[in-house]
Amino acid sequence: METLLAIVIGILYAAGVYLLLRRSIVKLILGILFFSHATNLLILVAGGLVRALPQFAGDASLTVNSTDPLPQALILTAIVIGFGITAFALALMYRFYKSTGTEDLDELTEGEHK
Amino acid sequence: MIVLAMPVLLPLMTIIFLLLNFRQRAWQPWIGLTGALLQLALSVLLAVHVNRNGIMVLHTGGWEAPVGITLVIDGFSSVMLVLTSIIAVSISIYSIDAVDRQRQSFFYFPMVHGLLMGVNGAFITGDIFNLYVWFEVMLMSSFVLITLGGEKKQLTGAVKYVTLNLVSSMFFLAGIGLLYGKTGTLNMADLALRFSGSESNILINTSAVLFFVAFSIKAAVFPFFFWLPASYHTPPIAVTALFAGLLTKVGIYSMIRFYTLFFVQNQLFWHPLFLWIGGFTMVIGVLTAASQYDIRKILSFHIISQIGYMIMGLGIYTVAGIAGAIFYMAHNIIAKTNTFLVAGLINRATGSYDLKSIGGLYKMRPWLAILFIIPAFGLAGIPPLSGFFGKLILISAGFSAGEYVISFIALAVGLFTLFSMVKIWNEAFWKPAPGERNKTDRLPVSMIIPVVMLGLLTLLMGLAVKPMLEIAENAAASLLDPASYIRAVLGTAHINP
Repeated sequence: METLLAIVIGILYAAGVYLLLRRSIVKLILGILFFSHATNLLILVAGGLVRALPQFAGDASLTVNSTDPLPQALILTAIVIGFGITAFALALMYRFYKSTGTEDLDELTEGEHK
Repeated sequence: MIVLAMPVLLPLMTIIFLLLNFRQRAWQPWIGLTGALLQLALSVLLAVHVNRNGIMVLHTGGWEAPVGITLVIDGFSSVMLVLTSIIAVSISIYSIDAVDRQRQSFFYFPMVHGLLMGVNGAFITGDIFNLYVWFEVMLMSSFVLITLGGEKKQLTGAVKYVTLNLVSSMFFLAGIGLLYGKTGTLNMADLALRFSGSESNILINTSAVLFFVAFSIKAAVFPFFFWLPASYHTPPIAVTALFAGLLTKVGIYSMIRFYTLFFVQNQLFWHPLFLWIGGFTMVIGVLTAASQYDIRKILSFHIISQIGYMIMGLGIYTVAGIAGAIFYMAHNIIAKTNTFLVAGLINRATGSYDLKSIGGLYKMRPWLAILFIIPAFGLAGIPPLSGFFGKLILISAGFSAGEYVISFIALAVGLFTLFSMVKIWNEAFWKPAPGERNKTDRLPVSMIIPVVMLGLLTLLMGLAVKPMLEIAENAAASLLDPASYIRAVLGTAHINP
């Protein structure tokens, strides 16, 4: 399972980098999304994938054989932050498109020198 | 000890007050200013307390150290808190007239305080994931501030700024995930304790490199600095000044914190790397600045150059070196913000930031020339201003540690900094004004007060260098002795397991 997920994470990172290097701002935002999902999965795998009891389930004395809830808490926080950032990025993209009339990032260089 | 959480809670309360009264546009600056002044008072009190009684620790929610989130204020944090609040006060005063009404009524002040909350949180936290969260709080506010107003120029700058900062956050988060997987803890003191036993742990290096890249992007260090000059000149000058003073320094703060507290293995690899990167950062920043003609761009490239000095202090890794880095950072936060604020005044007086189209300011407004000279020559390192002593401490620390190459580079870069500042001086103040002067309106007092205030601080730091240096040396000594930090956070029981 770890190996499989490691490959998935690798593919997600590769796709993210590829999309980040594209000229379209929509793809740029998709690239950022891929990055954040890959990172979330990375935390999950790094925290240890073990088949065990959920934390605080039933008998309190069973904590020995329970999974670590912290990576999931971290991911949850990261997802929430990622959600906010995505919303902002999409709004930015919309305004960018509205004011420049293009979604091509290479056309930015003209406005630079003013 | 709830007072320890106040550097975060105070900006939060200010935001709430600002939002409750968001219809009263006229009140907004004053509520913001009150919040900033309270923050200044609080941070000075905290700094005095830390200086007298040592490290302060708060276990939030009553969860003891390795489990819960810990807030820690040591010497270094308290210095940074005071500097942040000084900048907060200056920007709050400056923004009253410098930021237009449109922006003020669209949540400009709440966002400034959101940024301050993130910066303060990053300075006081003792937990690496919590640091990530504060980084995001800071970033979100800065995203809004950089785009607020929605001019075309701003949006294009913001795209680069947002993208690279998000990539940096992902590096940071990946580093946290891997580190947690290997050690099972997120508490900085606990990490330091666990790593102190192991001599060289190869598994740690992946996280260490990921953190280094993340903080390097935030701090705009040599190969990662491109977002900064592409975006910093686009928002209103008050926002640029706020960013220039605080944002990159949070990256440097985190770097110094991480690489003195728990990534202390493999010093033969890291310290030469810091010195190399510091040297490149200084040289590239200062050389690219020399070819620019927009005041804001010249100053933006100088931010990069001066970040190099702080990295150099970390690379020297002696008490004098780190103390030099802290002193230099204090000087730089104040002087850098001040030069940007003066650039705003120049723009008000002449209507442009472009050095080619302005001139004759010395004849028109001699006092503005004096206000510019203080921070600009402070940055260049002319005695008796603060920058001279910052560089002196760093370079003499470099020589006594045997790092001759970087010390000579630092000396040479100082000369080039002087060149850039003299260039602004010549072009904006000395040469006769090209063409007709089109603006003659008076400069608002609220924009001059913070400039004078920060200028006096630059002078004061140069004149009262000894007590300032003592504070920096105490902070540096406690940074290089992680045992005291660990003891303060985890209690004595954990030191000898």
